Amino acid sequence: MYDVIIIGAGVSGCAIARELTRYDCSVCVVEREEDVCCGTSKANSAIVHAGFDAQPGTLMGRLNVEGNRLMYEWAKDLNFAVLPVGSLVVCVNDADRPGLQALLERGVANGVPDLRIIERDELLEMEPNISDEAVAALWAPTGGIVDPFGLTVALAENAAANGAEFRFNAPVSAIERAGKAWQVTAGGETLLTRTVINAAGVYADELHNRFVELSTGSDTLQASMTVAAEPLSIVARKGEYYLLDTTAGRHVRHTVFMLPTAMGKGVLVSPTVHGNLIVGPTATDVDDKEGTNTTPAGLAEVASKSSLTVKNVPLREVITTFAGLRAHQAAHDFVIGEMEGAPGLFDCAAIESPGLTSAPAIGVMVSGLVADALGLSAKPDGAFDPTRPGVVNLVMTSFDEWDELCQQDPAFGNIICRCCRVSEAQIVDVIHRMPQPRSLDAIKRRTGATMGRCQGGFCTPKIMEILERELGMAPEEVTKRGPGSELVVGHNKDRIATPGVRQEGGEAR
Amino acid sequence: MSKTIEQRAIVVVGGGPAGLAAAIAAHEAGQTDVLILERDTQLGGILNQCIHNGFGLHTFKEELTGPEYAARYEQRADELGIERRLGTMVLDISEDRVVTAVSATEGITQIKAGAVILAMGCRERPRGALATPGYRPAGVYSAGTAQRLVNIEGQLPGREVVILGSGDIGLIMARRMTLEGAHVACVSEIMPYSGGLKRNIVQCLDDFGIPLLLSHTVVDIEGRDRVEAVTIAEVDDKLRPIPGTEVRYPCDTLMLSVGLLPENELSREAGVELSPVTRGPVVDQSLQTSIPGIFACGNVLHVHDLVDFVSQEAAAAGANAARYVSSGCKEGSDSRGVPVSAESGVRYTVPSFVDVDAMDDTLTVRFRVANEYRNRYVSVYLDGERIQHRKKRVMAPGEMEQVTLKKADLAARKGLAKITVKLEEE
Repeated sequence: MYDVIIIGAGVSGCAIARELTRYDCSVCVVEREEDVCCGTSKANSAIVHAGFDAQPGTLMGRLNVEGNRLMYEWAKDLNFAVLPVGSLVVCVNDADRPGLQALLERGVANGVPDLRIIERDELLEMEPNISDEAVAALWAPTGGIVDPFGLTVALAENAAANGAEFRFNAPVSAIERAGKAWQVTAGGETLLTRTVINAAGVYADELHNRFVELSTGSDTLQASMTVAAEPLSIVARKGEYYLLDTTAGRHVRHTVFMLPTAMGKGVLVSPTVHGNLIVGPTATDVDDKEGTNTTPAGLAEVASKSSLTVKNVPLREVITTFAGLRAHQAAHDFVIGEMEGAPGLFDCAAIESPGLTSAPAIGVMVSGLVADALGLSAKPDGAFDPTRPGVVNLVMTSFDEWDELCQQDPAFGNIICRCCRVSEAQIVDVIHRMPQPRSLDAIKRRTGATMGRCQGGFCTPKIMEILERELGMAPEEVTKRGPGSELVVGHNKDRIATPGVRQEGGEAR
Repeated sequence: MSKTIEQRAIVVVGGGPAGLAAAIAAHEAGQTDVLILERDTQLGGILNQCIHNGFGLHTFKEELTGPEYAARYEQRADELGIERRLGTMVLDISEDRVVTAVSATEGITQIKAGAVILAMGCRERPRGALATPGYRPAGVYSAGTAQRLVNIEGQLPGREVVILGSGDIGLIMARRMTLEGAHVACVSEIMPYSGGLKRNIVQCLDDFGIPLLLSHTVVDIEGRDRVEAVTIAEVDDKLRPIPGTEVRYPCDTLMLSVGLLPENELSREAGVELSPVTRGPVVDQSLQTSIPGIFACGNVLHVHDLVDFVSQEAAAAGANAARYVSSGCKEGSDSRGVPVSAESGVRYTVPSFVDVDAMDDTLTVRFRVANEYRNRYVSVYLDGERIQHRKKRVMAPGEMEQVTLKKADLAARKGLAKITVKLEEE
């Protein structure tokens, strides 16, 4: 019997798992995909929002500002990439200035520090490529950019190091009562647990609605926050993006948002922690919760909107496009708490933007709710290690330091991904960490390999070889992103009958 | 760096066909202190995976495979005792020609070079750069990656294949996949003409009954985990897909051959001026870049059609680099010479400048044309006067063209301000 089963290994689920391992309890994270960070957490703007967007008094507003503060703090212990580049909300029309002022006041009410409205001159100095139309901007120095994969992996690795279990390729097919406990069927296995946390991203409504079915209304709740036993509907809101080469990475220096106008919402233009430039997203509600395909209309919209705030975005430097799905819910606030009439079932649902920024605060909050409900006590001093070793980033390493790394491990001198400077040593390092990456994309999320301008053209076969060697896999078993996404299907001529040679089960031809 | 900086006369970055030919030519020109830095574990570059024949018709008057062609140069480099460091990736080239590299055996090393020859080759344009809509499943391969899997690893990337783009590697891979037992449904090319050599269309598509769909492109990729189908549509003269022309091809593999890009990240970081057309360095008649003592050749300079021309060009770069070193690495004058202008139908020329005093008796100027042309004249003008006018029956963007300039012609013209290469209807 587990104390806690968390459904979903996205950034919320992993943050909750990590925070729960501070307590003396057993935690298991079940995930339908083959790795952490495979849904909403992997395909988004990768922004650390300052916290001026959400309405004051909402959970979203509170957790955003708190998450922002914790993000920078946790990066020191967990060694993921975050850069406090600051963000700008650009006003392109004098008539819209009241909107800028309102945003400032909202941010102040939410407790966002150091907000200030800047005029065109100062803006131009900060962002030489800002649009000629820009008249003023809201400057939020606590805004930043983060590696969403690095963050989620760091949380998962730290959780695992402190005792959390992870089960992958384990979609939840049933949740039932089992006396005072709960029975979760995931990936064909039946698991017993005292509590269940729904961190299922775009599918969190399905789990929530199952919780509602299981609710009796008469059970006594333990947690201080509750969720009404009423159905929830989450819509997959698609956001499409362009990612530009590092040659365009300095086109803007801060995250540039557009102040929404009567004409609609613009797109953001921002550097990324990997040195690229990201432009997007769109916001289109789609029926298919697996609909992470890009569309001609969506990509055209991003291209045309990019110029509303920033001049001459060099779209010829595009190296890839992608789409992500936000877990949008009509009330537009996070749904966190214990289900009314179902003690032990916890929602962490409708985590849409600024969900990534809020993740650390969500982790603290939800783990606290569960700990209170179960009466968990903190582990003794020293039993919880809050630190997680980082993965070497050779882009940020001086030649002297790199030379020393090569003395310790010559594999640091064997470059596998030339675009992103990832050596064999880093890939081997991450392969032997838990939770264990087993696919090309899992390696990408941890090291950045294949993310560069050639998009894996040169390094894919090399990474496949390393995976085969380190994990004892056959070439046909190596996947891009889990079962069904095998990279090669066989070997040369394996289905060609050689004249005169008897084939298995057939006559010679 | 705490380690000492090594001094070498010539450092060649890249040990593919360009690097090998450049190093050999530099050595043969009398500059024996030549070092090749190669990131792979063997010399030969991309030729190692080009196991088809057709290489060397110009150079050796015989049809060799890629590895055989490379072997001829490697053998010559061995005979000359040219030093090479394999598994060594160059990380940085400074303006004053300090080359920093890393390898598993040596760690970080730094070399001060009298001259640097850039021979890094090119890379394939990935799917992402096309912004093709759809999912991002396994089974989308650039043709060169698939070629490596098949020809080096013996692994089959898929069984039912659609190829987007008719670049030479795509055409070669259409044949290769067929020979290895896969079925290639079609090759789709967005332009109204092929990007590859005519001979490859005949030998790799026509001979195997593989249709080439000109003015067609992929408008959707289906399959969340592995490619399940692609949709191909015809495009109009502005290259926009025409609604109603979509055809869905069930397949497990989409192979891309949509262009090659010179790999100039090191050159850019060094401060070498790059051409927006070729994406390679802007060079003068000696193939010297905007930084004195840094030369460029092969596909890093501009993408070639035949390796024979890579070898020729690289040999010139090698000899010029050797001359530069033996003349004491002198800084050139401020002027880079007379500009060569590419006009009406000529996309670019290599070189872009000619220093008439410094040039050899003849100079090969290579270029590509912007479209498919029939019965056009290739003309060369010195300022206003036409000095060459040669009719070509067919010219296509997939094939490189060239003109030869004579020093005597150029020197005879007082105050020459511009050389123009252009196509004319008559």
